[in-house]
This record gives sequence, structure tokens and C-alpha cells, in this order.
Amino acid sequence: MSATSAVLHDDHAEHGHDATENSLFGFWVYLMTDCILFASLFATYAVLRHNYAGGPTGTELFDLRYVFVETMFLLFSSFTNGFAMISLHKKDRMATIKWLFITALLGLGFVGMEVNEFTKLVTEGNGPDRSGFLSAFFSLVGTHGTHVSIGLIWMAVMMGQLYFKGITTATTSRILRLSLFWHFLDIIWVGVFTVVYLFGVI
Amino acid sequence: MNMHVSARSNMLGFMLSLVLTLVSFGMAMKGGLPESVALAVIVVAAVVQIVVQMHFFLHLDASPSQRWNVMVAVYTVIIIAFIVAGSLWIMYNTGIRMMPMAQP
Repeated sequence: MSATSAVLHDDHAEHGHDATENSLFGFWVYLMTDCILFASLFATYAVLRHNYAGGPTGTELFDLRYVFVETMFLLFSSFTNGFAMISLHKKDRMATIKWLFITALLGLGFVGMEVNEFTKLVTEGNGPDRSGFLSAFFSLVGTHGTHVSIGLIWMAVMMGQLYFKGITTATTSRILRLSLFWHFLDIIWVGVFTVVYLFGVI
Repeated sequence: MNMHVSARSNMLGFMLSLVLTLVSFGMAMKGGLPESVALAVIVVAAVVQIVVQMHFFLHLDASPSQRWNVMVAVYTVIIIAFIVAGSLWIMYNTGIRMMPMAQP
């Protein structure tokens, strides 16, 4: 993973392993830049969160029980994703596909609930154009939801590659990065439900 | 990244996250406690949960194999602190200076 370990292991004809470690490190650096993107959106939300422009406040709009179920979908999907990784290390192709499928279903439940929430807000006239607060809300929560949706597409592609290509160095390397991405999105969601929903209601 | 997941760390990470999430939502949904106490508990629970997930799901720790990952993460935390605290500071000041009563 690190530059030094790549050099140290260079003699060991473990190029596949090193390539995986290096690309994981590269992907980690990308995730950290993504973290800065989210930090900018969090900062924007923190600045605008009381700019209601005469429109509805968080207390009026957010249903914490609904958000709790959403949160559970994402947390359980992180958990089942862990089982997919365990199956991957056991080289059990069908079990990996099965756990990835369950993870994707849970992720789909999360995205479905979020799309439903957004649709309800927009049809009631509380879209991103209603107030600064809602602009910032849709930007932050929508960016996270878009990431999860992209993760779902990635997951579908990896289930296909596992089925047709099996567990190879290349597919393993890609699934490890997908796993990092998925856990990362759950961590961002902890920030979202805390700052947006819980702070918005208190 | 060290991606050798064990069933034990996966389960432990999940259970701890679950408890911390329940604490957070419980604080916000059940009134009674002073607002400042509830807010403080929610912030602490969120920070602890982020650390728990980083440790048990992403396997970041103090081991030599994780050094570069942790370094990048720490650098990112510093940048985030600048962006968030800096934005709030600047916008708060701008807000105060643009108040109607500040005009002569």
C-alpha cells in the first residue's frame, strides 16, 4: 500500500498483490478528497441552515422515525458488505454474490426511501428553490444519495463480473475498492443524519 | 488498506454502530433533557461512531501497514477543520456586518 512497502516487496514477484495494495491506497486518497467535497457541502449547510425565507423549518419537514429506518438500511448494508468481504477472502464466489446482492437490496431500500422523501418535499412546494436551507439540504443529502446510487451500479457490475469471470486478482481488487466506497458512504451518512436531521429537529 | 475482514470485527463494529445510532436518535426523539446536553451527547455519539466504523469496517489503526492511510486521513481532517470552521467564521462575521442596524 505504501510507497516503501511497494519497494520492499518488489523482489517478491507479488506484482498482483502490490498492484491491489497500491490501487487501494490511490482509492483511499480519492475518498479523502471526496470527504473534502462533503465537508464543503456540510459547511454550506451549516451556514444556511436557519435561512428559511419564511418557508418550513427542519422540525416541520423531518420525520425522525423515517430517517431512522433509512439509517438502518445503510448500516445493515455495511454489515452485510462485511460478510461479502469475508466470503471473498474464502474464495466463495456464490456466497460473495449472495451477500453483495443483499447489500445492494438494502442500499436500494435506502435510495428508494430518499427518492420518496425528495419527491414528497418537491410536490409540496418545498423543493431546493424554496429557501437557502432547502437548497443546502438538497445539495448535501442529494450528493450523498447520488454516491450511494453510483455504488449500487458498481455493485451490480461487480456481481456480473464475479458471475462471469469468477474471483480473480482483478475482480478481487475492484470489490475491495467498492467495499471501501460503501463503508465510506455509511460514515458520511453518520454526519448527515446528525447534522441535518437530528440538529434540524432539536 | 488491510482488507482482511474478520467476522468478529464486522459484528463488533455493527453492534457498536447500532447502539450509538440508537443513543443519537433517542436523544433527539425523547425530550426531557436540556437541549445543550442532548446536542453534546449527539455530537459525541457521532464522532465515536465515525471512529468505530473507521476502525472496525475500514481497519484504520496505528499499525505500520496503515501509516500512509492514517496520514492522508489526518491531513484530510485538518483541511476539513479549515473549510468548516473557516466558512462558519467568515459567514457569521459577514452576517453581523450586514445587519441593517450596523448601518450609520
